Amino acid sequence: MNKFIDWVDQRLPIVEAWNKHLGKYYAPKNFNVWYFFGSLAMLVLVNQLVTGIWLTMSYNPSAEGAFASVEYIMRDVQWGWLLRYLHSTGASAFFIVVYLHMFRGLMYGSYQKPRELIWIFGMLIYLVLMAEAFMGYLLPWGQMSYWGAQVIVNLFGAIPVIGEDLSLWIRGDYLISGITLNRFFALHVVALPIVLLGLVVLHILALHEVGSNNPDGIDIKKNKDENGIPKDGIPFHPYYTVHDLLGVGVFFFIFFIVVFFFPEMGGLFLEKPNFQPANPLQTPAHIAPVWYFTPFYAMLRAVTVDLFGLPAKFWGVVVMGGAIAILFVLPWLDRSPVRSMRYKGWLSKIALAIFAVSFVVLGYLGLVPATAGRTTVAQILTVFYFLYFILMPFYTRMEKTKPVPERVTG
Amino acid sequence: MRKLIFGLFIAFLPALGLAAGSTVHLDDFEADHTDKASLQRGATLFTNYCMGCHSMKYARYKRVADDLGIPPELYEENLIFTDAKIGELMKNAMSAEMAADWFGAPPPDLTLETRLRGEDWVYSYLRGFYKDESRPLGVNNVVFPAVGMPHVMVGQQGLCAVKPNIGVEASVEPLSGNINNADVCPEYAIEGSMTGAEFDQAMYDLTNFMSYMGDPVKLERERLGIFVLIFVAIFFVFAYLLNREYWKDVH
Repeated sequence: MNKFIDWVDQRLPIVEAWNKHLGKYYAPKNFNVWYFFGSLAMLVLVNQLVTGIWLTMSYNPSAEGAFASVEYIMRDVQWGWLLRYLHSTGASAFFIVVYLHMFRGLMYGSYQKPRELIWIFGMLIYLVLMAEAFMGYLLPWGQMSYWGAQVIVNLFGAIPVIGEDLSLWIRGDYLISGITLNRFFALHVVALPIVLLGLVVLHILALHEVGSNNPDGIDIKKNKDENGIPKDGIPFHPYYTVHDLLGVGVFFFIFFIVVFFFPEMGGLFLEKPNFQPANPLQTPAHIAPVWYFTPFYAMLRAVTVDLFGLPAKFWGVVVMGGAIAILFVLPWLDRSPVRSMRYKGWLSKIALAIFAVSFVVLGYLGLVPATAGRTTVAQILTVFYFLYFILMPFYTRMEKTKPVPERVTG
Repeated sequence: MRKLIFGLFIAFLPALGLAAGSTVHLDDFEADHTDKASLQRGATLFTNYCMGCHSMKYARYKRVADDLGIPPELYEENLIFTDAKIGELMKNAMSAEMAADWFGAPPPDLTLETRLRGEDWVYSYLRGFYKDESRPLGVNNVVFPAVGMPHVMVGQQGLCAVKPNIGVEASVEPLSGNINNADVCPEYAIEGSMTGAEFDQAMYDLTNFMSYMGDPVKLERERLGIFVLIFVAIFFVFAYLLNREYWKDVH
């Protein structure tokens, strides 16, 4: 065995790679529960890839056959129902772990210098993930698949001058049709997964170059022992590999409760109108995107005024796009001398709390039909969402921070 | 101050009434896929009274026969009215064009009806027909106003002269001992062959069958789920012990 490894190693640096990324990758020893979600995101990604490949074997990407082929998978394909529920529940689970992973970054300043690129790659992953989820959602060809896609693609039509042609180009037709389904299928199963995997590799390479942050936001490389090993670091393998197994256990327990007992999750993970085949002639009374898009959908609907001769819908799209775009520049908005929320001042803490609550409540508002009162609340929360970022350069510099310890705490 | 609050309360009353009126109250339905006898009766009812117009084209006869414990020959003989083989999908003979001609719209496929509208809705709808001369077919439905479907089971239920009491619990009057709302229909225009309770049971069976058809793997899924969760729990114990062993060195 050793001889074989030597043989390969002389031709491909596998020992070096193992040491760099696992065996001698020193991670801070004070990771807490928030640090499970990165590895869990990888786990869900693998789940999506594997179940997705098997679903592709029985799925029929045509307007005539898509809906029936999903039911064929559910009823006639051996274990097809399990593959499909693992995939559909996995989609929602992906966003849950990614949102928690991102919140961890906000809390402990993981985006700050020198981890700006890690954050940007992460944001690109999030962006591609949204595109992936959106296109995948059209594939079952149910009513909500169809009309959800119709609404979202029509948003591009709000862009002045090029809008109409752009949405026509995306659909490949004057309305969502089998042509759209075919191209979304190609993008969902081939193009976007390749991009996603590439970005995940970049995300991790960039992380392993500068090293992991930790709940204290301390640079563990500043305190090294005589062998050049960080005093507060432990090798990722075996310590964090066995540690992450705990997270996997807890995650799987919750995940499988949903998969085996509540696969529809009360209409949140699989929406009820999607049990009816797409009908281009009949618009559903209430069109709501899947829960993971609803915060942005609520912001879109919150914009109700025409401005500078452009319709409110256009400004809604701008706000929605801006809400995602502003996350990219986060590393340059935070001017705090400390990373972690543990040592930032109360202004930062309150700002983050308001931001988190706003995001969750916007998510709820995007799920339910709009009323005048709800739109007002959504407008206020949208302002809060943006203020968190826009005011960040000021409140992070103004506030009094606590002294950061030399070594990691508990 | 109190007057102001009272005034506000009165002002909002119409809004409350509107909110209550916009949603129809439905009867609760609890499906039981282990009750094979109920599912078999439901399958019989569905085949005899629904399948002439409504297909279940995503499911196969054979699967239903197997899951419900009906011998395939018996099923083929009694529950397949077209010339379909037992391995085929449960389509029906009515073409969409003909159906659209007769009813205005083709009757929808019902394989996934309970998952689309909910079991409560289906159970209430089936018992919600009443006499309404203003409608082309002389009947209407409290759950589905202006419905285009005739009351197929009028021979069994009879025709309710007034709107049936859907979503109202049966109750016993303490003094007289009379039972209120035992029958969804307080007054019949045409008497049917079944009593109110018998018809409720029949519609329970039918809805139960439709619930099974919407989610045929439910029993198997939940049975397996228990084992999977037990496995994950045991895995967690070992992961926990392994983690504790390694992390002993970390101080």
